[in-house]
Amino acid sequence: MTAEAAPEPGQIHAGTGEPLVVLDGVNKWFGSLHVLNDIDLSIARGEVVVVIGPSGSGKSTLCRTINRLETIQQGSITLDGQPLPAEGKQLANLRAEVGMVFQSFNLWAHKTILENLTLGPIKVRKTSKADAEKRGMELLERVGIAHQAQKYPAQLSGGQQQRVAIARALAMDPKVMLFDEPTSALDPEMIKEVLDVMVDLAQRGMTMVVVTHEMGFARTAADRVVFMADGAIAEENTPEEFFTNPRSERAQDFLGKILKH
Amino acid sequence: MEDIVSNFDLVLSGFWITLQLAFWSALGSLVIGALLVAMRVGPVRVLALFATSYVNIVRNTPLLVIFILVFAGFPALDLLVGTPFLVKGIVTMTIYTSPFVCEALRAGVNSVQLGQAEAARAIGMTFGQTMTQVVLPQAVRASVPPLTSVIIAMTKNTSIAAVFGLAEATARMRGFTNNNADDRILIFLVFALGYIVIVEAISGASWLLERRWRTVR
Repeated sequence: MTAEAAPEPGQIHAGTGEPLVVLDGVNKWFGSLHVLNDIDLSIARGEVVVVIGPSGSGKSTLCRTINRLETIQQGSITLDGQPLPAEGKQLANLRAEVGMVFQSFNLWAHKTILENLTLGPIKVRKTSKADAEKRGMELLERVGIAHQAQKYPAQLSGGQQQRVAIARALAMDPKVMLFDEPTSALDPEMIKEVLDVMVDLAQRGMTMVVVTHEMGFARTAADRVVFMADGAIAEENTPEEFFTNPRSERAQDFLGKILKH
Repeated sequence: MEDIVSNFDLVLSGFWITLQLAFWSALGSLVIGALLVAMRVGPVRVLALFATSYVNIVRNTPLLVIFILVFAGFPALDLLVGTPFLVKGIVTMTIYTSPFVCEALRAGVNSVQLGQAEAARAIGMTFGQTMTQVVLPQAVRASVPPLTSVIIAMTKNTSIAAVFGLAEATARMRGFTNNNADDRILIFLVFALGYIVIVEAISGASWLLERRWRTVR
């Protein structure tokens, strides 16, 4: 779970090459604000894509369009070859295939840790309670929270809650995992425990889209860095290339600001 | 004094009807109120409009008018013909109280962080599942104090049913005071005590619920 064990950098597609998530000419406006400007992005199966950029650049919005928590006005998004359905049951089915981890964890406050992991499988996948609990405990074991299974979210630290949130998403056996600034609400000493879980996940071959400010994670685990500015993709490259030799002026400016400290 | 002591079974039977009226009306109001709030916050515009109109119209109508509507108006439309008075009373109280329940619950729904519902949707729950599994259970917890007030007000409102031939507590009290004008104050105190016991029981239940759910957070 350390930098040494990371997959070898230098290749853009570490996945099997076949595209799993494809965004084609995606545009979105909030009123007159053009938050997503002609986004074309193809994410291969097994690939880990890190999206970085200044705040307000549209990176969170981009992440949220992939399971349609944000709607788009132009363009198309497909998951595993299927276009995203509009509303209703089909959309719910699609979302079950896409795991999402939020900045503010969003664990269900009235459910225990284990119930947080089993509710989705039981209600959405119609898994039996016993099977869901067995799988839930396995996942809690994996993220190191098994001994807290009967507690409520508010009794856990932020880092623990976020690890549970990752396990909750994994309990649905998603095809792809979306991370919307998963460490931004955490105290510094808790960031590592969450990143360790994410690096482990990346090494197990999970397809991941990660919006983050953690440059260390991008270097360690990403196959590709997508740099966004003003709602558009300004640059994309391997982490190695991007951090040592950014081509666009916006990226140079951004990296200059954040890496100086 | 003698009258109310020797006929104490009438006092008890009056409060028994009050209790039945209050219990079933509370249950009906909570269910209909929850449906109304789901419509109000839901994505279907027609349903949201219906629920909002229902809340505004019924909330602005005096309870007495709704009693007249159900007891005199409905039979004229061939509705609830031959239904027992107790059931008619429950229907009336439910119609009147459900908008207040809806609004108390809506305050609770607004207090549930948006992220809770978003996480439910993101995991693949339908709108109905998101409401019943995640939003409403938390909204109810936050709504216990205002809901308690609504249910207490409703319990006291059941006394209006006395006018419509239901032999509940207030109707019995009127019977006693008519026959024993000298003991009015005593009779009044006896019945007031009965209402106080019921209301305190509701408050106590509410306190227990709050205490139990507080440790959960």
